Amino acid sequence: MSADAAAPGGNGRGAGGPGAGGLAGPGPGWSMALREFRFWLTDYRRTWRGSIYSGVLNPVLFLGALGLGLGSLVNHHGSARLGGVSYLVFLAPGLLAATAMQTAMGESTFPVFGSVKWNKTYQAAVASPLRPRDVFHGHLLFVTFRLTMNCTLFLAVAAILGGIRSGWALLALPVAVLTGLAFATPLEAWAVTRSRETSFSLIFRFGMIPLFLFSGIFYPVGQLPAWLQPVAYATPLWHGVALCRDLTLGSAQPGSALLHVAYLAAVAVAGLAAGQRSYRRRLYV
Amino acid sequence: MLGSSVPDHALIRARGLVKRFGEFTAVDGIDFELGRGEAFGFLGPNGAGKSSTMRMIGCVSPPTAGELTILGMDPVADGSAIRARLGVVPQEDTLDVELTVRENLLVYGRYFGLARSVIAERAARLLEFVQLSERATDQVEPLSGGLKRRLTIARSLINDPEILLLDEPTTGLDPQARHAVWDRLFRLKQQGVTLVLTTHYMDEAEQLCDRLVVMDAGKIAAEGSPRTLIERYSTPEVLELRFDPDEHEQAAEKLADVPAQRQEVLADRVLLYVTDGDAALATVRGLGLQPRTSLVRRSTLEDVFLRLTGRRLED
Repeated sequence: MSADAAAPGGNGRGAGGPGAGGLAGPGPGWSMALREFRFWLTDYRRTWRGSIYSGVLNPVLFLGALGLGLGSLVNHHGSARLGGVSYLVFLAPGLLAATAMQTAMGESTFPVFGSVKWNKTYQAAVASPLRPRDVFHGHLLFVTFRLTMNCTLFLAVAAILGGIRSGWALLALPVAVLTGLAFATPLEAWAVTRSRETSFSLIFRFGMIPLFLFSGIFYPVGQLPAWLQPVAYATPLWHGVALCRDLTLGSAQPGSALLHVAYLAAVAVAGLAAGQRSYRRRLYV
Repeated sequence: MLGSSVPDHALIRARGLVKRFGEFTAVDGIDFELGRGEAFGFLGPNGAGKSSTMRMIGCVSPPTAGELTILGMDPVADGSAIRARLGVVPQEDTLDVELTVRENLLVYGRYFGLARSVIAERAARLLEFVQLSERATDQVEPLSGGLKRRLTIARSLINDPEILLLDEPTTGLDPQARHAVWDRLFRLKQQGVTLVLTTHYMDEAEQLCDRLVVMDAGKIAAEGSPRTLIERYSTPEVLELRFDPDEHEQAAEKLADVPAQRQEVLADRVLLYVTDGDAALATVRGLGLQPRTSLVRRSTLEDVFLRLTGRRLED
């Protein structure tokens, strides 16, 4: 029975049981999430080169065109309202936080929707020992990985172009990643519940673009009409922008820094709780 | 010894199992149990509640009411531990079509916490088994439906499961691909793998199942081996008659005079359930009826289903 012997199944199970094949029982939560994370890494191997190019090109284009190009005009008229720094230095931390937001939105919308609607790889995962929350956490680990990558590339480009003034900028990396997670967790929690992809273009058009324009990235929020300022303060992006800027300028104060971090963490944790629930409802039908 | 009617080797046991989605009751209080090494089937038309039942057994759908025990555990509390010992071939393929054939097995093996060397060795063996070795490094996307199904079967075996769940394993495949899948499943059965499958193809149920339940509208209409079900609910032979459309009704009325245990008038045919089909055909001709075509055949599960529900399986 040559071909048959090649098959799995009843044969050999007596010799040692499942453990003999290295089959681990369901491990603790983090190890299960790591399994899903590794799935995303395998998936990412097809596209990582392209993502490195865009991760470098994006900051080069924006910091070049706006920071240096438009910046030469801004600097010409004096930069008192920018805190006395060049436009490039003012802009770089804002765009860092924006990069985190954009990366998070890209990785947390269509990939989630596709995993549950198109490829159904989420359903494949929960047919294994993985639970919905492991699938969710594993995907978030991958988003964290992508955030770290894109934000590191951004900081490197910004430093090379002269947009970084302080060694504290190293701390802007985890802050930017946290900013991204404050978008990723609620977005994933919501994206998994969607049945049509049109929802996402609305989020991009009416969510991401206004945030991008009105969160103090290109000019201080103080320049906004007074009624709009509290709206800006309520968005996670502004907190990310403000703290990243304090760090890259080397002007961070412990009190306000803590407040920004607490706000971002609170949003991220709320999204985490929502996602644990929504993934379960969607995948355990 | 405990006086239980349940054999202690029961791998899966359901009592009064119910699944509701809002107002809709998909599974309406079913009982079944199956033991190690059995090939057990749920036969029924689309919407009978087969897939809902399978998803409950697969621990991805909490039962609304009733009892369900799988490998001696509770699917809600111990879903993860149970799934570690199941293989699942879902109704719709859930392969990652952007990865290669082998990568799909690699990724899946990792979900079960298997070591890389173990996965590599099993993947090679399983691809051999489903005759996909030559396609190992191909991307999944362009593969035919039949090849994808075979890959899904290989993937479901990566953890050396004790129970293999197959939800409509050959739906949508062409006849040749279906036979290729049946052949592999038959080999697994020969090796003693416990198979649980749903199907609305009576030939699939007859070929693969030692025992099956006929499901209709969320309930179990009958249970037994294909042979006992046919013996119990049908006759040894069936005479199928086709008449010209304008004579169909008249002929059906006249056929009432032919001694048959049962007569079914379908839209295009009349079925006579008899012991001796040829003798019945002679009687029909003796009545002066001229069917355009006639066929004497053995009873199948299709006839059992028709008898039990008044409807056909595949429509």
